[in-house]
Amino acid sequence: MSTALKAESLSKTFSVSGGLFSRARPGVRAVRPLSFSVETGETLGIVGESGCGKSTLARMLVGLLPASEGSIEIAGKALDTADPAAFGRLIQYVFQDPVSSLNPRKTIRQIMEAPLRLLHGMDRAARAARIAEIFGSVNLRDEFLDRYPHEFSGGQAQRIGIARALAAAPEILILDEPVSALDVSVQAQVLNLLARLKREFGLTYLFISHDLAVVEAVSDRVMVLYFGAVVEIGPAREIFTSPKHPYTRLLAASAPVVGRPLAAPEQKDSELPDPLDPPPGCAFAGRCPRASDLCRREDPALEPMGETRLAACHHPLED
Amino acid sequence: MSAFLKLLFRNRLAAIGAVVLGLILALVLVAPLLPLPDPDATATSERFARPFSEGHILGTDHLGRDLAARLVHGTRVSLAIGLFAALAAAVLGSAIGIAAGYFGGRTDNVIMRAIDMLMAFPYILLALAIVAALGPGLRNALIAVAAVNIPFFARNIRGITVGLAGREFVDAARLAGMGHTRIILSEILPNVLPVIVIGISTTVGWMILETAGLSFLGLGSQPPQADLGSMLGEARAALITAPHTSVVPGLMIFLIVMSINLLGDGVRDALDPRLKSGALARPRATTRVDRRGPVPEEPAKGLLDLQRLETQFHVGKRVYKAVNDVSLHVKPGECLGLIGESGSGKSVTALSVMGLVASPPGAITGGAVRHDGEDLLSLPYDALRRRRGEKVAYIFQDPLATLHPLYRIGEQMAEAIRVHHRISDREARARALELLRAVRIPNPESRLGNYPHEMSGGMRQRIGIAMALANDPEVLIADEPTTALDVTVQAQILALLDELRRERGLAILFITHDFGVVAQLCDRVAVMYAGRIVEQGPTEEILARPAHPYTARLIACVPELGEGKRELAAIPGLPPVVDSLPPGCAFAPRCDKAQEDCRKGAIDLAGTGTHDVRCLHPEVTP
Amino acid sequence: MAGYILKRLLSAIPVMLGITVIVFLIMAMIPGDPATAILGSYATPENVEKLNRDLGLDKPLVQRYFIWLGNMLTGDFGRSFSLNRPVLDEIAERFSATLILAGTAFVLCSILGILAGAISAARQYSLADKAITFVVLIGISVPSFFLGMMMILLFAVNLRWLPVSGMYAIYGGGDLPDLIAHLAMPALALAAVATGVIARLSRSAMLEVLRQDYIRTARAKGVPERRVVYGHALRAAMVSVIPVLGIQAGFVLSGAVYIEMVFQWPGVGRMLVDAILKRDILLVQGGVVFVSACYVLFNIAVDVAQSLLDPRIRT
Repeated sequence: MSTALKAESLSKTFSVSGGLFSRARPGVRAVRPLSFSVETGETLGIVGESGCGKSTLARMLVGLLPASEGSIEIAGKALDTADPAAFGRLIQYVFQDPVSSLNPRKTIRQIMEAPLRLLHGMDRAARAARIAEIFGSVNLRDEFLDRYPHEFSGGQAQRIGIARALAAAPEILILDEPVSALDVSVQAQVLNLLARLKREFGLTYLFISHDLAVVEAVSDRVMVLYFGAVVEIGPAREIFTSPKHPYTRLLAASAPVVGRPLAAPEQKDSELPDPLDPPPGCAFAGRCPRASDLCRREDPALEPMGETRLAACHHPLED
Repeated sequence: MSAFLKLLFRNRLAAIGAVVLGLILALVLVAPLLPLPDPDATATSERFARPFSEGHILGTDHLGRDLAARLVHGTRVSLAIGLFAALAAAVLGSAIGIAAGYFGGRTDNVIMRAIDMLMAFPYILLALAIVAALGPGLRNALIAVAAVNIPFFARNIRGITVGLAGREFVDAARLAGMGHTRIILSEILPNVLPVIVIGISTTVGWMILETAGLSFLGLGSQPPQADLGSMLGEARAALITAPHTSVVPGLMIFLIVMSINLLGDGVRDALDPRLKSGALARPRATTRVDRRGPVPEEPAKGLLDLQRLETQFHVGKRVYKAVNDVSLHVKPGECLGLIGESGSGKSVTALSVMGLVASPPGAITGGAVRHDGEDLLSLPYDALRRRRGEKVAYIFQDPLATLHPLYRIGEQMAEAIRVHHRISDREARARALELLRAVRIPNPESRLGNYPHEMSGGMRQRIGIAMALANDPEVLIADEPTTALDVTVQAQILALLDELRRERGLAILFITHDFGVVAQLCDRVAVMYAGRIVEQGPTEEILARPAHPYTARLIACVPELGEGKRELAAIPGLPPVVDSLPPGCAFAPRCDKAQEDCRKGAIDLAGTGTHDVRCLHPEVTP
Repeated sequence: MAGYILKRLLSAIPVMLGITVIVFLIMAMIPGDPATAILGSYATPENVEKLNRDLGLDKPLVQRYFIWLGNMLTGDFGRSFSLNRPVLDEIAERFSATLILAGTAFVLCSILGILAGAISAARQYSLADKAITFVVLIGISVPSFFLGMMMILLFAVNLRWLPVSGMYAIYGGGDLPDLIAHLAMPALALAAVATGVIARLSRSAMLEVLRQDYIRTARAKGVPERRVVYGHALRAAMVSVIPVLGIQAGFVLSGAVYIEMVFQWPGVGRMLVDAILKRDILLVQGGVVFVSACYVLFNIAVDVAQSLLDPRIRT
């Protein structure tokens, strides 16, 4: 197996304007330096709560946001330009809000043709053939092509969004909460479609979601983010059932499960740390029942725990 | 385009404006063909002739020039100048605004600083300065008016562009390989164009006024050339002796500007998508009740009892049957889950209880809502209001949008109590503190002085709950209270609600789309689909043995943690839109068990009374 | 709060400097030289050159700007050649008259506009709403100078209720009732357009706010409707109305120029128009800078009022 995508100490710091007369502030670290790689044909799930940096990470991976530091390698080739068009042929993005990702004043055909014309320079006949082929794979009827986005339901619009991403013939798809805006009954349709497309086209997925059950159902491996950093990476089938990091356990325990009695999961404080004034040491220490002085002093590094797992914790949970 | 025109002329005022403006335009366009005297020919012997005098239908001015001729020519000049100034300001201002909004950062900063600088002048001072520098004259007045209006367009268009540039379809276009120019022209411009058109149509009238104003001051058109402003300016000296010389051009300006304003408002309304559905109607204090049938007189089954409730939305000619024959009841200390997908009518059901459905377009068209046996829908407004928050309280979905942004937490909580009870400031504060402690807010004293935007989502939802509990209500209606929250926070809020209900004996109606949440919190559950209850019964039984195929398949769709990577169950098709419901079972088109009889007539909710289902071919018999 | 005010005041400094630069540059575009304008076209070249040197016009542009700016900072706005008196004295006298007129009109249009807008939104589609909408439409469509002229015809000439023009009666005037009698028509005529604009905006802002979720929350709490509309909703609507009050203040100041012409009001607007026609550059420059600076200060006051209302912008 080869590596499809590799991120090396990738980080993003947003500068904070301090106003005209106050001193410059260091800025907000939305993503702290993180490294990971994705194998060809794999689905890497990325989970975390709001503010954990998962969308910032995704936007850096497709070049929509220049990284502050670090590098991205796709299929062994470094991509150091932040030109989305250069990324576009290799890696594409499926957005969370299917309706807002389609220009309301363009027909579906115009939307579909843009990547074919601009990234692959296809002529009209080739474009029509390619669009027909893709629409067939995502179960959309050809008559949709001359309609406008507002005429579609969320599920249909999301399939159009997927079709547009596929039109660029990328190797990797970043799926940023692709089903969060959809109802459960439609959500499953889209997830199953994504699974089939992956087999058909031999794609590699990065699947971002806040819904643990969905991530577990579609991923091979899962990466858990907290406060802009990776706290744990491991195989999907075991990471939530036997978490190493207390935060992963908190997430798993919070997901509502039929038949489990209701109890507030063990945690001390519900607040995230202030991103403008991050605490020294482990960012989760304030909420962690196992936190010691060491945790509040030193930020734990991401280290291997067992054969398949990495976690960043001074006091990892035992199986 | 034709749809736009139809929409435009359905607005009667806009149509009047268009007709008046059309007549004026026609008049000035055929002016050269009209048998009018030379507008600049003076005849001092005939000065100040009254209207309808021989040879001068509108009379003459102080130099004996024919007013009708001057009026037509002056109108022509004024219209042309106003239009041209508006177009020039719109094109330049929009270009600046799009550039600033799209590129952002330093470009934006520099451009907008300059624009702010221009806007720091009272506009006429800038125009006067420009005319002072270029010298009086029509062309210079035009330049001045266009220049002072550029900032208006630049600012508006920049605001819209900033919003668009952050939209996902622009990101998608970049990933499709588009460069900046192409994105601006093909993605941004088509979306700001309606706003530019609205801007032009609402400012043309204003620009005509401004150019007329400069001419009135003697800084615009120079004698002998007439425009409407200079005609008024020249007539001012003879205002008292010959008022008609002032009234004629003044009325013309008024007619032009008013017809343009009427038309401009029509264009704005026709182009603004929010106004199409009549969404800008003011919602009444309580939902309109217009029951077509008799009020159900069945004995109430619980503390809160919804009997055959029907709520509809009337938008244009369409009728959306959002809630259709819904019967539900909750007993004290009980939690009833109402579950359904978006558009199923679950929230409208909840809001109907205390008449909170926005009306227009909503209306309750049938059924009864009984609290303690009394029909809330029959109550006069004030009696209903006194029960809101006092007997039946609500918690809503998005706690940032549902708390007033400009009042402190303490004020909002005190108000919730004080609209029902006369208490002192001290008592209100003490009670608010007590409530904040009850919902486990750390540091309650300091929180009272906070504004909603200063708190996290979880904290705001706790405030929402505390406020709902302020008057010890008997019934709590929670409308997706945890949907906007992260899972770890959701778990805390659910545990809190569960505890409160056990401690206080609250009856809870819990609206959600999440079976996991229902399973953990609710004693009984009712499933809604396309405005109807399709199944209701004890939670455990429904989860273990769902009777309606929709319930069964919906439960199967929900992925659960701990089952590994897998294919997920899905329901084919889409839920129906509730303005065109099929006869018979609304789920039939998506149901694999559907038969001929499912698509025929209405199907009753039937069963044991504890577990009922609306299905002819249920999965199991309850 | 004090910090916020200080910050806004400091941020006004570059804006004021920008204003002086813009005014100076516009005036520098004037073709021909002012000396010719002052001395007339029959002046000898020697005289023109001498006057140019006296006025400092032979120096480079940048240097002239800084001399002008430096003088203004010490209170020396130069001398008006057409009036033959210091520019600042003339402006101070004229501006106080404009302030009385524009200030009254501004207070009138703010109160009337917000009230009319709130009422017409609260009673959407009622007779009151339709009447207000109609009056407002007329208000924003009629030129203020024409409205003023028609008012003179009706109230001063036909009905003889109010004086035709001026600020005080020529004989025996000068007290407050006299001022009010003279002020009534011009202030109303001046306020008309702004009242219409503010009423329209208040109405649509109210309608927008009344659909917000927090209004539903207030109703769900059992807050009486009157308080929902004139408390919760009006307060929230003011967030979008107040910035427009600042803009409308500029329009009122601008409209004052026309109204001063119509009613022979001895204000700064009439002074500027006269100065332009006589090409009295220093008077124009000084007047524009002075009035604009006052307007900038007024807008800071508006920003402060906004931040008092809306805690979200207090930083």
